[in-house]
Amino acid sequence: MVFDATAGFPESRRRSLVDRITRHAEPYLYTAPALILIVTIMLAPLVLGLSYAFRDVHLLNPFSGGYVGLDHFRTLYDDDNFYRALRNTLWWTGASVLLQFVFGLILALLLDRPFAGRAIAQALVFLPWAVPTFLTGLNWAWLFNPVIGPLPHWLYALGLMNEPANILSNPQLAMWGPIIANVWWGIPFFAITLLAALQAIPRDLYEAAAIDGAGAFRRFTSITLPFLAPTIAITVLLRTVWISNFADLIIVMTSGGPADRTQIVASYIFTQAFRALDFGYASAIALVLLVLLLAYSMLIVMLRQVLMDRA
Amino acid sequence: MNNYSTFGTALHRLAILCYVLFALFPLFWLLKVSVTPNDLLYSEGVRMWPSRMSFEHFRFVLAHSAFPVFFRNSMIVAGATAVIVTLLASLSGYALSRFTFRGKYWLVALMLLTQMFPLVMLVAPIFKMLSPLGLTNSLTGLVVVYTAFNIPFATFLMQSFFDGIPKELEEAAKIDGATQFMAFRQIVLPLTLPGIAATLGFVFTAAWSELLFALMLISGNSAATFPVGLLTFVSKFSVDFGQMMAAGVLALIPACLFFLFIQRYLVQGLTAGAVKG
Repeated sequence: MVFDATAGFPESRRRSLVDRITRHAEPYLYTAPALILIVTIMLAPLVLGLSYAFRDVHLLNPFSGGYVGLDHFRTLYDDDNFYRALRNTLWWTGASVLLQFVFGLILALLLDRPFAGRAIAQALVFLPWAVPTFLTGLNWAWLFNPVIGPLPHWLYALGLMNEPANILSNPQLAMWGPIIANVWWGIPFFAITLLAALQAIPRDLYEAAAIDGAGAFRRFTSITLPFLAPTIAITVLLRTVWISNFADLIIVMTSGGPADRTQIVASYIFTQAFRALDFGYASAIALVLLVLLLAYSMLIVMLRQVLMDRA
Repeated sequence: MNNYSTFGTALHRLAILCYVLFALFPLFWLLKVSVTPNDLLYSEGVRMWPSRMSFEHFRFVLAHSAFPVFFRNSMIVAGATAVIVTLLASLSGYALSRFTFRGKYWLVALMLLTQMFPLVMLVAPIFKMLSPLGLTNSLTGLVVVYTAFNIPFATFLMQSFFDGIPKELEEAAKIDGATQFMAFRQIVLPLTLPGIAATLGFVFTAAWSELLFALMLISGNSAATFPVGLLTFVSKFSVDFGQMMAAGVLALIPACLFFLFIQRYLVQGLTAGAVKG
């Protein structure tokens, strides 16, 4: 009956029904391939990984896979390497973000001023950003190597070192290696983002302030900084999360050594999975890291709320 | 006053110069060692340029090592990933830009979520999932994984490019009898070509540089990508600095080409986005 009724519709009505169905299905057809890939290759492994945290999953042991409850977390609770990795993560992230931000901001301010050759200078200083991270790591590891690199010899000549030695093999200094490489690689990102925000500030504001007698420093603190503040906040927060998970440079330059002094949580997870092939324990650490990152994000959201309420 | 501003200008140029030197020095050193003949490598120490140049390291790397294979593998993986991601992301980005539909909010939330959690979490489970399918130690497996990882960001990127194109163009085409898809393919896509090129470039570079998943999923030389090959080479023959750096210079080529092509759009594009937002 229903079909009869439909068949009885005038041609134009029926076409509009087909049209309506296609129009409703259309956005789903466009997004389906992307959605399917994200669900199968990212969401499914994420859930599977969470289940590994409570199971004994060892790649080389075919009989593994059984449920072990909270055993991994008990091990983790007493794992000194984990606490060291946690402290190293804070140090690595804090130093990298701070240095990248400060030098990136200075660079953005320098490039915001027109000068002859600005386009070329900009292209050159942004170049490190295009260098693949594994190559960045290797390149800096070579620069720090006294056999082939100049840095130890320069530090020695400046009297900062007793002999031209590799700081990457010095437990006290090793973390500076990946941090410096990270700063070199990451300055352009901050500079690009901040430069874009700088160029969006209306120029007449500066002119008006100059006419009113505001000096360069005053113009910077009362115009530039307030305009940049939202961009700075967002970039720093997102970068903090990203860098705390960024293990490539450490794995390439020191693989966590010497004596685990450069091991961060992310590289510890990778080492457990890749070298120890202990997928269960790696997933348990990953779960803890995820909870910590969630807590950090919540803290940021709450902080923002408090600041907005006060404003 | 005039004195002060001359001083300021000099300081400004000096600071720029410092940045340029800092940015270029590591790459310069890479190039320098790669063209230094072995007999001068240790004797000349920290000289800025060798007294005699030679391309022996490049010749060796190209003729007698597995690096051409790594280079080819990386080209295949990065190229395929870039093309597939751009294709799928332009579809999904278009849907996000032009349609309002049920579940759109959740789709965006899901894509944002994938940008927030540490991907290193997925190393073990993805290995476990791909290994029974025969997708470990295979270039196809890498393409699948990289495609999924890059789609969310590429979708947002494409969406922002589509947002910049006026809707009226498609509406006019639809009045003339075109379907939405025809309007998308024949009118919107050609106008988005710069955006498509940018997305291709970004995804290519990301796939070219990826290390951790390639290390985990690939064992053996035949399917190794450039990062995996170079790292294996470094840990095995850690004394052949000239050859390693020659290989490093080769790894730099595609990234730098892309960068030269993209860099002038960088600040410009971001500025446009900032003004609009």
